[in-house]
Formats: sequence, structure tokens, C-alpha cells
Amino acid sequence: MKLYEKSAAELSLLLKKSEVSSVEIVQSFIDRIDRVEPQIKAFVSYTPESALVMARFIDDKRMRGEEQHPLAGIPVAVKDNICTEGIRTTCSSRILENFIPPYDAAVIESLKKAGMPLLGKTNLDEFAMGSSTENSAFHATRNPWNPDMVPGGSSGGSAAAVASAMVPLALGSDTGGSVRQPASFCGITGLRPTYGRVSRYGLIAFASSLDQIGPFSTTALDNALLLSVISGYDLRDSTSLPNSVPEFHSDLEIDCKNLRIGLIRQDPSDGFDPEVIAAVKKQAAFLGDAGAEIEEISLSMIDCGLGAYYLIAPSEASSNLGRYDGVRYGLCIEGEDIESMFSDTRGRGFGPEVKRRIIIGTYALSAGYYDAYYLQAMKVRTLIRREYEEAFKKYDLLLGATTPTPAFKLGEKVDDPLQMYLSDICNLNDALAGIPSLSVPSGIHSTGLPMGIQLSAPPLQEGTLLKIAHFLEQRNENHPKRPGIQLTEEGSA
Amino acid sequence: MHYETIIGLEIHLELQTSSKLFCGCSTSFGQEANTNCCPVCLGLPGTLPVFNKRAIELAVTAALALNSDIQLQSRFDRKNYYYPDLPKAYQISQYEQPLAKGGYLEVEFESGLRRINLERVHLEEEAGKLIHAGDSIFGADYSLVDYNRTGIPLLEIVTAPDIRSGSEARKFLETLRSILLYSGASDCKMEEGSLRCDANISLRPVGSQGYGVKAEVKNMNSFRAVETALYYEAKRQEKILAGGGTVIQQTCHWDEAEKITIPIRSKEGSSDYRYFPEPDLLPLTLDKDFISRIAESLPEMPGKRRARMAEHYGLGESELDIFIENRPLADFFEAAAEKYDDYKNLANWVQGDFLYQLRENDKKPEEIKPELFVELLTLLEKGQINRPVAKELLAEMIQNGSSPKELVEEKGLGRIAGGEKLIPLIEQVIAENPDAVENYRQGKEKAITFLVGRVMALTKGRADPGELNKLLREKISQQ
Amino acid sequence: MSDDFRKEVEYVARLSRLTLTSAEKDLMAVQINDFLESVKQVQEIDTTGVEPTSHVISMPARLREDLIQPSLPLNKVLQNAPVREDNFFRVPSITSPTEREDG
Repeated sequence: MKLYEKSAAELSLLLKKSEVSSVEIVQSFIDRIDRVEPQIKAFVSYTPESALVMARFIDDKRMRGEEQHPLAGIPVAVKDNICTEGIRTTCSSRILENFIPPYDAAVIESLKKAGMPLLGKTNLDEFAMGSSTENSAFHATRNPWNPDMVPGGSSGGSAAAVASAMVPLALGSDTGGSVRQPASFCGITGLRPTYGRVSRYGLIAFASSLDQIGPFSTTALDNALLLSVISGYDLRDSTSLPNSVPEFHSDLEIDCKNLRIGLIRQDPSDGFDPEVIAAVKKQAAFLGDAGAEIEEISLSMIDCGLGAYYLIAPSEASSNLGRYDGVRYGLCIEGEDIESMFSDTRGRGFGPEVKRRIIIGTYALSAGYYDAYYLQAMKVRTLIRREYEEAFKKYDLLLGATTPTPAFKLGEKVDDPLQMYLSDICNLNDALAGIPSLSVPSGIHSTGLPMGIQLSAPPLQEGTLLKIAHFLEQRNENHPKRPGIQLTEEGSA
Repeated sequence: MHYETIIGLEIHLELQTSSKLFCGCSTSFGQEANTNCCPVCLGLPGTLPVFNKRAIELAVTAALALNSDIQLQSRFDRKNYYYPDLPKAYQISQYEQPLAKGGYLEVEFESGLRRINLERVHLEEEAGKLIHAGDSIFGADYSLVDYNRTGIPLLEIVTAPDIRSGSEARKFLETLRSILLYSGASDCKMEEGSLRCDANISLRPVGSQGYGVKAEVKNMNSFRAVETALYYEAKRQEKILAGGGTVIQQTCHWDEAEKITIPIRSKEGSSDYRYFPEPDLLPLTLDKDFISRIAESLPEMPGKRRARMAEHYGLGESELDIFIENRPLADFFEAAAEKYDDYKNLANWVQGDFLYQLRENDKKPEEIKPELFVELLTLLEKGQINRPVAKELLAEMIQNGSSPKELVEEKGLGRIAGGEKLIPLIEQVIAENPDAVENYRQGKEKAITFLVGRVMALTKGRADPGELNKLLREKISQQ
Repeated sequence: MSDDFRKEVEYVARLSRLTLTSAEKDLMAVQINDFLESVKQVQEIDTTGVEPTSHVISMPARLREDLIQPSLPLNKVLQNAPVREDNFFRVPSITSPTEREDG
């Protein structure tokens, strides 16, 4: 087994036993990237040199016998909407194409402190707006399971990089499904933590009340390891939670007895693929067989979530994206006067989806429409939270499909924003409620594409989600963890 | 027809914190451009605001001093608009739920004491500064942006339309300024822009209750400018109304050089600020203890203090003016007055030589111990030192904080008095200056002044001229 | 219908400082019309007496002490400036005195 095929936890063990060096590990992933990246196009910026510097530094420390974080020396990739000092951070947008942050995001500081070499910045839908990573201003990312398919989005680059073994771990951001949906499309594990669990300082804002950084991995254990690194109170983020952070990875065993699980009703009539539904039921059965109590539940607010989300997120985005005006950083189209500079810079710098959302958001906040659209959506958000509060009185967890269908074709939904928005239908309400939610592989569809299930829990219960994911992982051992067909060592598809 | 002028003011005030409202950058004035900036106040992508506790305390302090009702829960909103000095393209401000509601100020107008009501007091962040190439503000070739000021905490105070003339507006601002200076919330420097004022002004026929169409006047950079601009604008509107015309609602820019208001064209939709709750900041919750602690530490307000000081110390108007303007100096005076009861003499010294020496040495009243000052005055009063020595000691006391009593002993600066010490010196001077002695005997009074001066020089100024004069006359007449 | 929306799009584009081509305006007028149709369901929900959720977290706002932290060095402040002059960011003229709030 090649080094790059191993999980982060396995690599960590090899490092601990001094069977390999971090430089060897990082080099193995660099070689893998060199072969695979030309087809997948997961990265926006690639930083092998600095990753090797960090690997050498960690190897030296290890030689001196210094205490190391379990993930020290294990490489990672980060979505390109997370600020990295000295490394350009583009949000996959022309408007930030040459932006080099003078500071590190809180999570980058955490990764550095843990000693994790950064292999690069991954592609995304421009400003995280999209569900397919086709809205990148630079290039589309391909699904490693089938390069004709999208990897999902908006964190498609991170998901594809992990799924194709270019990195063992990656960070994405989830505003309305942008970690879970691509995790599902790429057949890996992706977690959206409780809102406030991970500092947003340095995450370039899309919709501030919804944005949350989350980890991608191939196993629940790896996910728990990375979550432990990035979680915790940060003084620089006023919405960061002061609660202490458990060592998520230290105990992943769970006794399913007495566990009450609400199985969300999802029907083919609502656009759910029968195989996807069957995969969900199969996973539920594993849990039921182990003693969990499974009960079907209907969530009445699911449909309203879509409307509320697509009013709230663009509204906040229209404000968050005002700062890209060509004065301090980013693209600048100089004009006769300040007004034309602002408008031309923004008109030229933003892609169609970003413009569409700015227009919708500005409209929903403008005089005369605020009450009917934005305020009403915020009230509906309260109703969605209440529905969860009620559900969690009865159930410890909710379970359903992460997406109604497996990955769709590149180009299939680009011209139909409303259809594109529907691919996140299962992911939006958790985000609106601020609760933790995780996608874990549930099998392979007859088309050869992976499918995923989504587990949601009350605030701060990431531990439970990871335990269930770990449990199901063992039950699904016979499923391929990574695509093997399309990707060859020679790199021909 | 006679018209009545209706004015409401909107005052912006920079709060005197060390660091900015949402980041740790310094608020100090006059630094090199763009050196008090960090990712947060530059609005770099990914940055987030965190409240400065002191800014909240000062805002509450000011609101309490203005009798405004502090809200236990208030909220911050985003006010969205585009301008190069606004790095996030929104200002974090308070719209729906301000920090404090209502309030009033008692102002001594020429017509008598009247209450001016306040609508609200709220907290927001300051914008940056634009420097325009060329002479005029608009139509310059280009502008330069300095973000040092961005994010300094700003208090907005909105009055009810209770003000009736430009001179009332000025008087109101002066009163407001002294109260806010007293509360310690702001240094209120209009010339440095830490206190700014915009006005809404309209006219209505005397006796009517409704409001006319108003104009908003901006860019008034001094108290005098406020008075002149509002007087001008009222006249302008009166001319229109008297001629049967109608005033149009507009924003005007006060041109200080031309002494006129210039209407500025407002673009379509420019006032659609799309306010919504700031998602990056949780609502501000104040507990009652926090507020009452601040209320208790609030100093006596200038109006009350003036009356009390007039009554208790018997000070005159001009002395009171200085003390009310300079709160630390008044505090020093009162602390000293606890141990020294010649208030008139104390006030003279504090406002005269003491204040002069403070300025000479770039010190503040609070840096000096009042006991030492009392010590100095007592030495003088008891005749142990003379005035010139007292002034010398005062300077040294202010420079080094040294005790005048100890200085006197250390340097032997005590007064030389009494025959036994002075007679030998007098005899010496008489012997050395026979001509002057002769002139005195001839009846030339000036000669005695000369002789006193010679003896004084020998004592290095430590003798009392009166005593010397007496002793010299006696000695010469004895010879 | 979409004629009205084209006007709305123009107004909103102006508000959000976005230069749009004529084709973009046409397309957006249609798409926004469709979008607003699709969120009708949200508007129909009875929310009488329901408080809006601005934050999913309910805890008191955090306050930091008033301590000065080092600012960025000037070269880092200006490192991404599209147009700079000396210590400053440079912008084109503000030709028309547009209304703005000062503060």
C-alpha cells in the first residue's frame, strides 16, 4: 500500500514508530498530485516547497524527541477562501486573483501549531456560492469517481483532493451544505461543526450567520483528529463558542442501544433517487440491528428552508461582498470617477452567480422589501430551529440522505440556478439552525458514483456524529473508500 | 409673516479610548497615514469585529451624563453604502435598538434656562479620511485615503427639533461639550474632528405646529460655523417662503470661505442603506450593576458644580469659567481647598502661576499633589519664603514633584529676617556705597531703593524688602 | 412582469455598484422573477408573533479590554493596494458630491 493511500491516523502511527519520515509522506502526496491533479484540477494554488519545509521541521523535532501532535507532519489542503499569510487567497474569483493576505486565519494558525504541512489551496465555487465548483473563475474541478461529473460544491476542490488521495485531509467551509454535499458526491466524510465551534476569523465571509469551517477525510477517526485541531474558543471571533473542546478522536466507540434516531422521510416523488433512499435505509438498519431505536419522521420545514436560505445567505453576501471595490486590494478597473471604478471593478470582477446573489440579496434588503423577504426569512429560520428543538426532544440524532441524487454531470445545471440550488435541499436547514451535521459514505450507486447519508445532532454533539460515522464505516467495510477505476498511476483517464 | 426656525442637531463624537472600537489599533491622532491599521479596521476579507469594553463604558457614561435612558439590550446593524473611506462598504452602527433612548440637556439661553430633548444616543464606528488633490473637495483630480481614523468609536447624539436659532445651536453645543468633557467620554475637539455636528433646519410660521420642509446642513467645522451657517440657511429659507416659493428637501454643504450653503445633489437610492442586524456581533447586553457602577462614578456635571463652587468658595464668574472649562484644574483646586481656606488666594495661584507652570512643563493637574501646593502657600503665608522664591519652588515642585518645605531646607532658601542676620549686611552696603547714603541724607528717596537692592542681592533675594527698607533707614539715621 | 423586474434590477445594480451588460440585466430580470416565485412559500408562512433569528447563538456579547495591539507594518497595509501614492491608497476623483452620512 502506497503512503498516499493510507489514512492520516495510519500515517501518524508510522511516524510515531519512525517507520517513515514526514518528508517521505509529503513527497508521496506531491508525487500523487503531480500525476492526478492535471485531470482533477482540485487546486488553485499549490505549495509543495513550503510543505516540505514544514515536514523537515517536524522530522527534526521528532528526531530531537520532542512531543508532537498526532497530526504533525501529515499534509493538508485548505479551501481557497481561508486566508493564508503570504499565499494568495482568491475565493476562486477574478476580483481576488492576486490578493495575498497579510495574516493567517485562526484555523491556519491551528494547523501550523499542530505542525501540518499545507500542500495547497483548493478550488471552490466563487466566494463559496454554488454546488458544483463550476462557478470557479479559474477552472472546474472534476469528480475523481468520474471526471464527467461534478465533485459537488462549493468545497469541491477539497473534497476531490481527499477523494483522489492527493491529500489525506482537507478543510472546506459549509454555509448551506458546502462541506457535506461534496463529501457525499466524492464518497468521503465531511463535517459541518456547530456554528461557533470553529473560529471564522480569516474565513472570507459569504453569509456570516451561516458560514462554518469543517474537515474532510476518508475516515471518521481522521475527521475527529482534524476537528480537534481546528475547534475552540477564539477571542477574535465574537460568535466563537467558549465551550471546551473534547478530544473527539480519543474514543469513537458507541453503544447503539438506547440511541433514538429519527429517520427523515424522503420520497422519490420529491426527487430522491430510489437507490439513495435504499442506501439510507440500509444504514439505518445497521444501526437498528445494533439496538438503536429507529423511527420515521417528517420535517415540515424542509421546503421552506430552501427559500429562507436563498434569501438570508444572499442578503448577508450582498453586504459582505461590498468591500471588493478596488481601493485596498484585489482587482481594480480604474475609471473616470469613483462611482464608475466601483461599479466596473465589481461588474468585471464577479462572476454571474455571485452577481445574481448580490442582486437578490440587495433586493431582499432594500427599502420596501426588507420585511417581506429578509425579515420574514429570519422568522422562518426561527420556526426551523423550533422544529429541530422539538425533534431533538424525541431523538438523539436525525438521519437522511445527504443529497437526493449522486453527483450530476458537469454543465448539467449551470444555466438553471434553481435546479442547482435544489441539490443542497437536505443540507440547508441544519445550517440555518446552526447544528452539527455530517455526511458519511453509504454505498456506491449503480452508476458507479458514491452516495452519502447525513447525520444531524443537537448543538455541540459532533462527538456523537463521529462515533456513528465510525460505526457505519466498519459496517460498510466492503465499499471502496476511493475511486480506483478512472485514475491510474500514469494519470490517464 | 413671521417665521420660526426649527433646528435638530446630529452630533458625532469620538470616544476617548486607547484602542479602536473593534480592533486593537491605536486611536492616537496625527500619526503617519495608514500606520494605525490592521486587517480588521482595513476590512480585509475574513476579519471580524470584537467590542472594546472601554468604548461601551464611555458611551454609557456619556449617555448617562445626557440623562438618556440606557437600554439593557441593544443591537448593532450594518449600514450599507459605498465610499472609499468605508473599507467594508458598511458601517457597523445602531439603528433599530440604540444604546440609549431619550434624554435632555438644560441649556442657559439668553431667554433663560430651557430643556433641549434628545431622541437617542448610539454607538458606531468612525470612517477613514479622504485627502483631496487640488483646492476644492469635489472635482479634485484624485483623492488619497487614510484609514487611521477608521474604527475609532463614535457616539451619535440626535436631538429633538427643539432648537430655535443658530445661536441657540451654538449655545447648546457649548453646553454639550462641557458636559462631555466633564464626563471624560471625549476630548471634544472640533478642530481635530473629534466633535462634529450636522443640522436639520426648517421654518414654520409663528404659531403653527407642523414642520416645514427641512434642509440638512453639513460640514460646519466650528461652533461659530454652526451659528453662522444656520443663520444663513434660515435667512435663505425665509427669503424663499416670503417670496411665495417652496423649500426643497436637500442636503447642503457649508462653504466656510464663501459663507454660504451649497446644495449637494443626492443620487437616486443613495439613502437606501439596507440596514440589517450585524451577524458578526451578538446583541449587546448590559447588566444593571455595570450601569449603576458607571452612574456612581459619574462626576458632578458642570452646571451644578458651577453653582456649588460659586456658593462654597465665593469665586467670581471669570474664575468659575476657567474651572468649569478645565475639570482637572477644578479638581486640583478643590483638593487643595480642603487644607487651605484662603480660597481667593488659592484660586489666584491655581489659575495663575500654577497653570502657567503646568503648561511650561507639559504636565497635567492630576500629576501634582495638592498637599505640596498647600505646603508652598503656607510657607509663603507664614513669611518663611518670599514671592520670588515661592515661584521658583513651584516650578521645581511641578517638574520633580519635590516638597517645597524640603527644598527650602535643602537649599537654605528660607527667608533671612531679623536684625542679627541683616544688620551686618546692611552695614557692609552702607560702607561700600557712601555716595548713595549721602544722597539719601540729602532727601533723595530713590537712593534708599538702590541700597535695598544691594542688600537684597547679598541675600540672593531671600530678605523682605519692607523689612530691609525699615532697617536701612534706622541704621543710616543712627550713624 | 419582467419589464418591472428589469427596472428593479437596474435600481438594485446601482445600489450594489455593479455594472451589468444589457444581456445580463435581461437574464437577471427573468431569473429573479423565477426566484421570487420560488420563495413565495416562505412568504405564505404565518409568522405572527415569531421573533426573527439573527444569531443562532444566545450568549452575551464578548467585550475585550481596551489594550493597544501592534498595527500592521505600512508595507503590509499597502501590499495589495491597486493604486498607491506615498503612504496612501489612491482613488479617482469623487466628481459628484453624492450624499453620504459622515460617520
